[in-house]
Amino acid sequence: MRELILIKNGEIALKGLNRNSFEDKLIKNAKRSLAGCGQFKFYKAQSTIYCEPVEEGADMAGALERLQKVFGIAALCRAAVVEKDFEAIKATAAAYLKDTLRAARTFKVEAKRSDKSFAMASPEICRELGGYLLSQYPHLRVDVHRPDVTVTVEIRDFGAYLHTDQLPGAGGIPVGSGGKAMLLISGGIDSPVAGYMMAKRGLELEAVHFAAPPYTSERARLKVIRLCEKLLPYAVSVRLYVVGFTEIQVAIRQNCPEDLFTLIMRRQMMKIAERLAEENRCEALITGESVGQVASQTMQALAVTDIATRLPVLRPVIGMDKTEIIRIARQIDTFETSILPYEDCCTVFTPRHPKTKPRLGDILKAEERLDVAAQIDQAVREAEVIQLCADWPRQEEII
Amino acid sequence: MEKTAQNAFPEAYLDHSATTRVSSHVAQVVLEMMTENYGNPSSLHHRGVLAQQALERARRQIASALGAREEEIIFTSGGTEANNLAIQGLARARRRRGDGLVTSGMEHSSVLGAVHHMEEEGFRAVLLAPGPDGRIQPESVAAAVDEKTLLVSCMLVNNETGAVNPIGEISAAAKAKNPDVVIHCDAVQAFGKLPIDVRRLGVDLMTVSGHKIHAPKGVGALYVKKGVRLVPLVYGGSQERALRPGTENVPLACGFGAAAEDMLRGMAENTARFEALRRRLISGAEKIEGVCINSAPGGAPYIVNLSCPGIRSEIMLHFLEGRGIYVSSGSACSKGAKSHVLAAMGLGQERIDSALRVSFCRESTEEEVDRLLEGLAAGIAMLEKNRGRQR
Repeated sequence: MRELILIKNGEIALKGLNRNSFEDKLIKNAKRSLAGCGQFKFYKAQSTIYCEPVEEGADMAGALERLQKVFGIAALCRAAVVEKDFEAIKATAAAYLKDTLRAARTFKVEAKRSDKSFAMASPEICRELGGYLLSQYPHLRVDVHRPDVTVTVEIRDFGAYLHTDQLPGAGGIPVGSGGKAMLLISGGIDSPVAGYMMAKRGLELEAVHFAAPPYTSERARLKVIRLCEKLLPYAVSVRLYVVGFTEIQVAIRQNCPEDLFTLIMRRQMMKIAERLAEENRCEALITGESVGQVASQTMQALAVTDIATRLPVLRPVIGMDKTEIIRIARQIDTFETSILPYEDCCTVFTPRHPKTKPRLGDILKAEERLDVAAQIDQAVREAEVIQLCADWPRQEEII
Repeated sequence: MEKTAQNAFPEAYLDHSATTRVSSHVAQVVLEMMTENYGNPSSLHHRGVLAQQALERARRQIASALGAREEEIIFTSGGTEANNLAIQGLARARRRRGDGLVTSGMEHSSVLGAVHHMEEEGFRAVLLAPGPDGRIQPESVAAAVDEKTLLVSCMLVNNETGAVNPIGEISAAAKAKNPDVVIHCDAVQAFGKLPIDVRRLGVDLMTVSGHKIHAPKGVGALYVKKGVRLVPLVYGGSQERALRPGTENVPLACGFGAAAEDMLRGMAENTARFEALRRRLISGAEKIEGVCINSAPGGAPYIVNLSCPGIRSEIMLHFLEGRGIYVSSGSACSKGAKSHVLAAMGLGQERIDSALRVSFCRESTEEEVDRLLEGLAAGIAMLEKNRGRQR
């Protein structure tokens, strides 16, 4: 018996003339996400994408799980492919759905006939197939309102498809269809969630991490690589830049007032991220900032950070509570990694009493005493680049 | 994956109390036992006999390094298992006779963890603090022992400071108070590096481990004095007197035996080397402003605990790492945790927060010590300059 996965587009279906390019992007991402599950071919018709294994032994369950994380998919299901012949449909349904039907107490049949040349109308298909399944599985009862299982028959152009309930997809729009942005990733809980959320809106991710050896350790760096890897099922690929930040932090520490340290540091981070973004055709920055979470994320602090860059700064978790962010972090499996207790560069040299209502004038004045242009050049030039892809093997083992 | 900064320097690994490199001799023994003498000691045929003979030889090697009899040695998966078998096994075997467990707060986490677990099973634990020299005093042990005390567990060499506990006196003091009390000694940091005689020390149970003396990770042993009954942690066949059932890990046991014999043979020479290295390190450190030595004199010569007050351990550790020098902050087993041993010695918070442990092996060199001293001086110069205030 042939099986395939039916992928229902979400929002993409609403795109007008661009729809094709969105769908192509989605197929490209889906293909990459299936690396390791076997060979699959993709074709599309009637706002459905067909994902069919080309050889025996493909990991269908694995593929289904991977595809559930691909943005742009509203729903998906694993289905049996049947000849458009009612006898064949009956026989296949009884056998293919055996385990599901045995475990259910109630069911109903739904038919969708988009190929109107098929001889039976939808209500007739439902009635006849329902009756046949009842005769094969006498313990079942029909419940059209709240059935345990809905058996769906779709009569389409290329064939008929049999499946039970469809699974929800990840939603959103295909990664890469909205351009590219640079995520500032610290290793905490919020930034991976912010990256995930923007990938969901179709952005391809690059990421920049600031390391401050010897104040931060190799394990902190590996942790960030791990977090980026955790984003791969959603983001397809992440190019990570690890920027050495120690000298710049020390310069700030030595030349600027203590209470402005964190803000000036964050402004320098924005500037470096902007440089890397522009060199790599990223059109925005992404941060995991949330209003009021810490001293550097008050409205006033955000304003002085924001102004350090010409690029738009996307802050998808800006209005979320920590508990809401944690819920998503758990869902995308970054939480346990994020809470590993390695120092990150934001907690080195933390001021005792950081300014919560900074004035831009004070900051600019303080920065006049700071000459870090050369260090920034060097940091950008010497940034370590780590390319992570869903269809590549893991880069490094994490301790 | 090596960072370029580290490649610029030859490596100076000075963290041998965390673990050691397996010596080529030991690796050879292990390989031979895996690929040639591969039998199961329980098999009745010739292959089984050959493997059993090799295992018994290893047992003799461990026994003679402890002054014990070979039938008193139980091979385990390492120090943690041996400590658990000793504490849980003894407490359960004697639960009708009493409920008291006496140990020190400076024990390895596997001792403290096992004792804590026994508390949950209804036993009573007393944790003793070391004195200002970092050692457990026999008098405080005697004071803690009563007629319901089953076990006193005390380490021989402290893993953080190198302090050597007076186990012989502790045993005598405890037994004077209650002759039935059983003495367990975790000798993981001492085995192979200090002379040990279980009879002279008056201990009934002693834990030793392989990977601190150039044997592989995953093997250790428990000395169980004849007549001391333990309840096993796992059940199965009759291997290791049914105290540790399961097919014996013959390759690692043999590697451990060979490593122990090597250490025993080189002990005098090694000790002289350790002492010279320690002298060099301490006298060099005294010349660097901002370094102080935490280890009290008279401790094991292969462990030196020092502090650079004001610079958190982790930061200096990573600074040294950048120069290819590897030391430890506190003990490697409790990553990041604050040292209760140094606190018990009465050191101030700054000293504790900045403590580093340097530990030698028989192959450590003066050059490595010099590089460490240079590294400390450079680290203090740089980190002090950077520092306004750290968290």
